[in-house]
Amino acid sequence: MKDEISREERVENLKGMGCSRKRVEDARFTQGKGNYVDDVKLDGMLFGDFVRSPYAHANIKSIDTEAALKVPGVVAVLTAADLEPLGLHWMPTLAGDKQMVLADGKVLYQGQEVAYVVAEDRYAAADGIEAVEVEYEELQVIVDPFESLKSDVILRPDTVDENGKAVDGAHGPRDHPNHIFTWEAGDKDPTEEVIANADVVAEEEMYYHRTHPCPLETCGCVASMDKVNGKLTLWGTFQAPHAIRTIVSLISGIEEHNIRVISPDIGGGFGNKVGAYPGYVCSVVASIVTGKPVKWIEDRMDNLMTTAFARDYWMKGKISATPEGKITGLHCHVTADHGGFDACADPTKFPAGFMNICTGSYDIPTAYLAVDGVYTNKAPGGVSYRCSFRVTEAVYFIERMIEVLAIKLNMDSAELRRINFIKKEQFPYKAALGWEYDSGDYHTAWDKALKAVDYDGLRAEQAQRVEDFKAGKTRKLMGVGLSFFTEIVGAGPVKNCDILGMGMFDSCEIRIHPTGSAIARLGTISQGQGHATTFAQILATEIGLSADSITIEEGDTDTAPYGLGTYGSRSTPVAGAAAAMVGRKIRAKAQMIAAYLLEVHDDDVEFDVDRFVVKGAPERFKTMKEIAFASYNQAIPGLEPGLEAVSYYDPPNMTYPFGAYVCVMDIDVDTGVTEIRRFYALDDCGTRINPMVIEGQIHGGLTEALAVALGQEIAYDDMGNCKTATLMDFFLPTAWEVPNYETDYTVTPSPHHPIGAKGVGESPHVGGVPCFSNAVQDAFRAFGNTHTNMPHDHWRIWKTANELGLHD
Amino acid sequence: MSNKKHVKLNVNGKDEEFLAEPRELLIYTLRERLDITGPHIGCETSHCGACTVTIDGKSVKSCTMYTVQAEGKDVTTIEGIGGPDDLHPLQTAFKEHHGLQCGYCTPGMITRATKLLEENPTPTEEEIRFGMAGNICRCTGYQNIVKSIQAAATEMNAAKEAAE
Repeated sequence: MKDEISREERVENLKGMGCSRKRVEDARFTQGKGNYVDDVKLDGMLFGDFVRSPYAHANIKSIDTEAALKVPGVVAVLTAADLEPLGLHWMPTLAGDKQMVLADGKVLYQGQEVAYVVAEDRYAAADGIEAVEVEYEELQVIVDPFESLKSDVILRPDTVDENGKAVDGAHGPRDHPNHIFTWEAGDKDPTEEVIANADVVAEEEMYYHRTHPCPLETCGCVASMDKVNGKLTLWGTFQAPHAIRTIVSLISGIEEHNIRVISPDIGGGFGNKVGAYPGYVCSVVASIVTGKPVKWIEDRMDNLMTTAFARDYWMKGKISATPEGKITGLHCHVTADHGGFDACADPTKFPAGFMNICTGSYDIPTAYLAVDGVYTNKAPGGVSYRCSFRVTEAVYFIERMIEVLAIKLNMDSAELRRINFIKKEQFPYKAALGWEYDSGDYHTAWDKALKAVDYDGLRAEQAQRVEDFKAGKTRKLMGVGLSFFTEIVGAGPVKNCDILGMGMFDSCEIRIHPTGSAIARLGTISQGQGHATTFAQILATEIGLSADSITIEEGDTDTAPYGLGTYGSRSTPVAGAAAAMVGRKIRAKAQMIAAYLLEVHDDDVEFDVDRFVVKGAPERFKTMKEIAFASYNQAIPGLEPGLEAVSYYDPPNMTYPFGAYVCVMDIDVDTGVTEIRRFYALDDCGTRINPMVIEGQIHGGLTEALAVALGQEIAYDDMGNCKTATLMDFFLPTAWEVPNYETDYTVTPSPHHPIGAKGVGESPHVGGVPCFSNAVQDAFRAFGNTHTNMPHDHWRIWKTANELGLHD
Repeated sequence: MSNKKHVKLNVNGKDEEFLAEPRELLIYTLRERLDITGPHIGCETSHCGACTVTIDGKSVKSCTMYTVQAEGKDVTTIEGIGGPDDLHPLQTAFKEHHGLQCGYCTPGMITRATKLLEENPTPTEEEIRFGMAGNICRCTGYQNIVKSIQAAATEMNAAKEAAE
């Protein structure tokens, strides 16, 4: 048979990996036809909302719901007393702690859920909330984690014995009632010895402030219990629908096959939608109690005050080096403020996630890390906002320590990085804190980045600017922010990554239809990452059917195979690998079918773009479409009909994308106003599936990084009042504050990943925060600044300038 | 006696008439009463713009406007801007230039951008950034949103010129 089109056209028609395929998701979103949780509407649906505590720490003396139940439209009011007989007044957290669903005797933070009002609509629920009378007895509030560790006030009576002594928790010994865990990695004594005897040691303390992922869509759910068939359906803003189903089953006792969890379209997640919240439990209970579907949607204030915050790490570092700048040791201690409950979304074996990548991209022979988790009267959570389990904090820490060390050595920090990078030939590289980096070529990326921005030219310009400033010719300083990061993503190998005991693999199932189109389902769920587009591209390349012919479905536990969901940049490294592997299963069967149809041995055909071809006879082939048709409609000896497969992929290791960023910033010394003149971002995420999607995620991650570095903070006063609970106070950048970014790349495939892809969505955030922060701090280096804490809003920058005497 | 008010308004070319409490917000009326779910709720303080609609030719954030204030007015939501058979150039451009990711802000973005381009058919990048500063996106970093609006403006101006 003669080929009708060229090979190039066949490749183009495939729309496989490497092309900037336009997103198939967009049609519904641009026409207002997305289907988010708040769009779900069911007959007779009720609406639930919370009475929340105005105090950060108080005993609850009484809750009177009588008046609320008389409010028109109010159907029910739930309190802890109602949940207790069901065993649902406390729930397990993802971090091995337990958390009140509704305040049980006392409240631990402002905004904590005290009672759940169920009503016919949102207005009636709001009226009901007003009518619930709660009598509080205020208690001493602790907002400072260091004070908490010294205080006699016991925040969590449930975690101490009758003598007030801390009972050991899920992560080992606790040495104070308000202490949650100590987690260590690396070698303590050798590290301390190296640092004690080093020629040069730089020390710094830094606070990585509390912030919030703040997706534009808040968290919410709709619970619908069908008492006739015993089936519970739960729609929700879930980044991990299967994990939520298992959790709901474990805590409710409803068998898992009777629970259907659906994540419809999700309006951004960024880690905020990984955990389980009281709203989910209360909605399920309310639906069981009332026999009607119950919807719960947070408002923005609820979201900022009570659902998973991020960061809040007090970090102390020591870094030692030779006089030439070769790093010899790194010591890091973190005091982590977890709020009222330890509700981080971390793998259970790592109570502070992957903070142990704090040696960064550098060949540091000896290192030690310890993290102490602490209870305070703040909202619980501690999610890895747009990063993989605390990598953001780790990278910020090391990229600041490098700058501080460069100042101590009086060296250029770009050069200091260069001489300490792990070398290409050292990969796979076993880091001092235990992880094995899969691949990297840091020197190439760094050189490319520095050349692209004319680094030497920038430094010369900066030096001139300092001269001009001193001469009174300008009031603007110039900062050159550098950062080089390595991410640790793709959680993870089941052997060392789990959440609540659930191993972190992922999955893909595919059914090829007789006419050569297909549906594939995965255990992940997109929150804007474009899975429907990119997963189809992976499959297209693997199975030889056009991406346009492959529908991707996720987020429905009744149809999708079990998987651990989308967070920690794990979709491409884990579910993407599952897609590639399932494609290979299909191809193996297709090869046998093709050989049979072509009347040759299996080994005599080879795959070429969209077909199997007889080796040495290119005119003899069967396209994948023909093979699909034959698989259903022709009896093939020794083979079952059909072309379907499923793959559960447990990655052998994490993947380690990396990148080199440079920010050029002007700072007005008199106003503290920053202007980003240039931002260059080079990312290496291994094999690139869809460059357009990658670039878009980099723009977005950098913008979220800009927000965190330059203004965004969840702040409390001494009474534990959250001062930043609306978008009037919590900074989200608009188009006006954000620069254009220059993106670039190198490609260093992961050696253990089926297609060499590493994941990218979080990289720009992880690398971006230290880059923006370093730019601000670098601007003041010439005037004696070593470190100032984020967020670098105009006031703090002005204050730094003032403290350095630049206003005199 | 009910304190409900009689409200009559026109949404996407269709007359609607109902009784509403004075405290009912327009976004609630659209989403819950009229099943128009394109406009979304993001912040309820007029900051994010996910609920942006057009009222009598002006961009309005429907999460902080009472429905009774819209009495007698024409309301246009994303559903009234273009459908599958007659996409607005902005809807095409947002897809073409990757101006969205999770899509939650997109209806408000496009609704606002239609007005921006009506008010200023040839905006500079600075004017686009300023004109869109009432709409927050958490995913895209805005660069491709700006690009999408620029592309739609070019497209619309070319079409206008061809028609003249």
